[in-house]
Amino acid sequence: MSEKELVRFQIDGLEVEAEKGQMLLPVALEYGFEIPHLCYHEAVSPYGACRLCLVEVTTGGRTRMTTSCNYPVDNGIEVATSTENVLRARRMILELLLARAPHSERILAMARSVGVEGTRFSIIEEADGCILCGLCERVCREVVGANAITFVNRGDKREVAPPFWDPMACIACGACVYICPTDCIKMEERGDERTIVRWKRTLKMQPCKSCGKPFAPQFQLNWIIDQAQLPKDFFELCPVCRKQKK
Amino acid sequence: MHLKSPDDLERLRSQLIEERKAQEGKKGIVLCTGTGCRGAGALVVFDAFKKALGNKSATEFKTTCCHGFCERGPITIIEPEGIFYQRVTPEDVPRIIEETVKGGRVIEELLYQDPKTEEAIPAEKDIPFYKKQNRLVFGHNRLMDPTRIEDYLAVGGYQALVKALFSMSPEEIIAEVKRSGLRGRGGGGFLAGRKWESCRQAPGDVRYVICNCDEGDPGAYMDRSLMEGNPHSVLEGMIIGAYAIGAHDGYVYVRHEYPLAVENVGVAIEQAQKMGLLGENILGSGFDFTVTVSKGGGAFVAGESTALMASIEGYVAEPRAKHIHTVESGLWDRPTNLNNVETWANVPVIIEKGADWYSKIGTEGSKGTKIFSLVGKINNTGLIEVPMGMTLREIVYDIGGGIPDGKRFKAVQTGGPSGGCIPEELLDLPVDFDALTEAGSMMGSGGMIVMDESTCMVDVAKYFTNFLKDESCGKCTSCRDGTLRMYEVLDRITKGEGKEGDIELLEEIGWTTTEASLCALGGTAANPVLSTIRYFRDEYEAHIRDKRCPAGVCPALITYTIDPEACIACGRCKKECPTKAITGEKKVPHEIDQAKCIKCGTCKEVCPVDAVKVE
Amino acid sequence: MTSAQLEKILKRHDHQSSHVLAVLQDIQATENYLPRKTLEEVSQRLQVPFTQIYHLATFYRTFSLTPRGRHVVTVCTGTACHVKGAASILSTLERELKVRPGETTADKGYTLETVNCLGSCALAPLVVIDGAYHGRMLGTKVLSLLKGEKKGASKKS
Repeated sequence: MSEKELVRFQIDGLEVEAEKGQMLLPVALEYGFEIPHLCYHEAVSPYGACRLCLVEVTTGGRTRMTTSCNYPVDNGIEVATSTENVLRARRMILELLLARAPHSERILAMARSVGVEGTRFSIIEEADGCILCGLCERVCREVVGANAITFVNRGDKREVAPPFWDPMACIACGACVYICPTDCIKMEERGDERTIVRWKRTLKMQPCKSCGKPFAPQFQLNWIIDQAQLPKDFFELCPVCRKQKK
Repeated sequence: MHLKSPDDLERLRSQLIEERKAQEGKKGIVLCTGTGCRGAGALVVFDAFKKALGNKSATEFKTTCCHGFCERGPITIIEPEGIFYQRVTPEDVPRIIEETVKGGRVIEELLYQDPKTEEAIPAEKDIPFYKKQNRLVFGHNRLMDPTRIEDYLAVGGYQALVKALFSMSPEEIIAEVKRSGLRGRGGGGFLAGRKWESCRQAPGDVRYVICNCDEGDPGAYMDRSLMEGNPHSVLEGMIIGAYAIGAHDGYVYVRHEYPLAVENVGVAIEQAQKMGLLGENILGSGFDFTVTVSKGGGAFVAGESTALMASIEGYVAEPRAKHIHTVESGLWDRPTNLNNVETWANVPVIIEKGADWYSKIGTEGSKGTKIFSLVGKINNTGLIEVPMGMTLREIVYDIGGGIPDGKRFKAVQTGGPSGGCIPEELLDLPVDFDALTEAGSMMGSGGMIVMDESTCMVDVAKYFTNFLKDESCGKCTSCRDGTLRMYEVLDRITKGEGKEGDIELLEEIGWTTTEASLCALGGTAANPVLSTIRYFRDEYEAHIRDKRCPAGVCPALITYTIDPEACIACGRCKKECPTKAITGEKKVPHEIDQAKCIKCGTCKEVCPVDAVKVE
Repeated sequence: MTSAQLEKILKRHDHQSSHVLAVLQDIQATENYLPRKTLEEVSQRLQVPFTQIYHLATFYRTFSLTPRGRHVVTVCTGTACHVKGAASILSTLERELKVRPGETTADKGYTLETVNCLGSCALAPLVVIDGAYHGRMLGTKVLSLLKGEKKGASKKS
């Protein structure tokens, strides 16, 4: 096992220590610094899209405002998490985000904590609560590997969708539902059907051979069997019955 | 012919120079067929010349790409006198051959006429547009057919390469480029030598060099002309750079909208390869280097270096954070040195003439020359190359010939959508990286768009913000939504729906867009808005408070009327008006029904006596 | 596009996945748009995720997912062209053709597009019709050029 190199630096005057190569945001969060963030999640690679995690970093005599989620820590840097500049940027960014997701409790709470009560900008209804953080497409691509959704278009026309609005590769696993910071991707189950509402994906669920309850989409189970090269009858039983069998 | 050594190259060069010497004094015709002149009809003129000269003519007929004075295209030059004919049509061709080529007489109507003295100037070198320029990098365009490598060799091409490969070490080359003070010509203005050094020193075995020909700034087309007209100068620079840095693979990324540049650089690469100036064991030096052409897909943001690299890798042109610099980890995570077309083209000049010679040109902080595209409301429109330090006033008036139609100068926009507008009181500013940045603009890639009293500065800000909103990759909130919201405010203002506080709101959004964005697109997106507010606040206030557009541009705030004294009742406007808003019988001055008028401006376009007024 | 035709294009680019953008450009040039079926085949043959290809197709302006018209009319909206009246030419064309930029007329006759600078700024404002560059345009001039297109065979200069 190799020795991990440690680096020492400062956050808001506090001496801290971390492994070289780590990103600043998770380190700061671990030390208890509350830096707001939306597009960062430890399960997927950092992206730097929402711009909320901005901090000021002084290194080599220069101070720059930078996102902390994708900033690799280094010896001797001085980080300031709540300067006037940082707060000023945070306020405007939250106003811009609220215009896309006006009902998100999480964003409203962040906004209130820096004195922003609402947004001066017109609400983008088509956004339907999406702030284009990309967590859903990253988790689908990097963790699940289904590659069902992607960013589409560019600029203010950017959105997340399945190619040609045909969700044929979606296995309705719900990872995107779970990771979405504004809860704008909903999952519904009705009878033996599961729907990921935002992608308009409805799949029939497989009933358990033992108890008869539908427990997961057939398409998904077949996909997993195919990807992991499992025997065809691997998912005959639902998780509950399988446990009981053991 | 495959050259295996510097001696082979020199032998060929001497031979080519001899051949050209033998032609000296003989009549020759040079026709520019660059994209600009094509837009003016150069290809039909080409056909006319070909037809008139036939196959067995003794007169040499050469096509070039871009002499810079594009507004006067199609340009034809008659050698050996260097007679400059402008706006040549196919109908002029027989006359040119008969009278000038055969008869030695000059055709007055085709000559350039000085707007002030009205004197016709026959020789190209005497034309004011060219006189004050220092065409160090760009000058050779007019002497060569870019699809003939022999032309490049005949003017000394690839001499610098020989010097670099055989008489200098990579470290010496880098030192020379550093000493020259060459700064990136693409807009960043970063010291090229320092970038090369960092790239060379970065750990790793594989390195890349890239030529950025994505020239996205609207109104700037210097790189197009260099790539179309003298691609070998760029290639030569790249080979020298690759040798100095230790790279064996290079990419030339050309934007999709430049098909002729893509074609010509492709031909140049092929010819250089055949000759042994590219590929394996260049001229027997032991150095291998190949170049691949990569075409853009139509995205301004692809000009940003990390976005460009993503594009080459097969992804969308989305920039990434530069906490780790591209010279350490760029294309496919390898050390990569990216430079602009013009930067690369300066390298052979620096190596051949030396850093001492080069650094005598320009200012303390900005060495060498810069090619600018001088366009917009200016008499002499085209590409110019001047030493850094020349003032904007000299450029606009001495070279540009001032503002047409007797209108008043208002501002010159530099740096494209990342830049700002420079007003009249700052016209004595020197063109220098730092001076322009201090004034709230920037050098950028070299676009210089002149505006006069009939340009609305709020409309200009709206235009640029709209452009950036469309071209933003959309990744980060501050850029994507920042440009969107700034645009919304500007749109309201130009429609007469501006309110008190709008200027402050624009400044607030602009601040965040500048400070919080990921890349330089967002980081400079607020410049057009902020610089126009800084120097033309009164125009904003007129739009907001008085619901008036002083320049007469914003459709919602202007009125088209027909001056009854000037109107000759010809009926043309009535016929062309798309909403049938104009009434009037023969011999009765026509009138515009304001309720139906959609401010399209067609009536003004077609009126033969300029009787339509805009307020 | 047949599989054989696609294979030719893929071969030209060495079947390299990083050349996917160039492959799409060749398909666009041949078919005048990017057919979905062909994109699915590219994804399979180059082993590039279909999502990546779709993002490329919708991100870059040179691509069209629906067939373009027989004639493509492109108005340059670069700064020099804008300052010289490109916006008014564009509204004239929008009014006449009854489409917005990026759209194709119902009879598939014309596609109207805008481009952010062709580098022909000295001849602003510029309009390109079927690849032919026309400088110093006016709304009325473009309309007569188009009427000329409608009448006879288009003359490519």
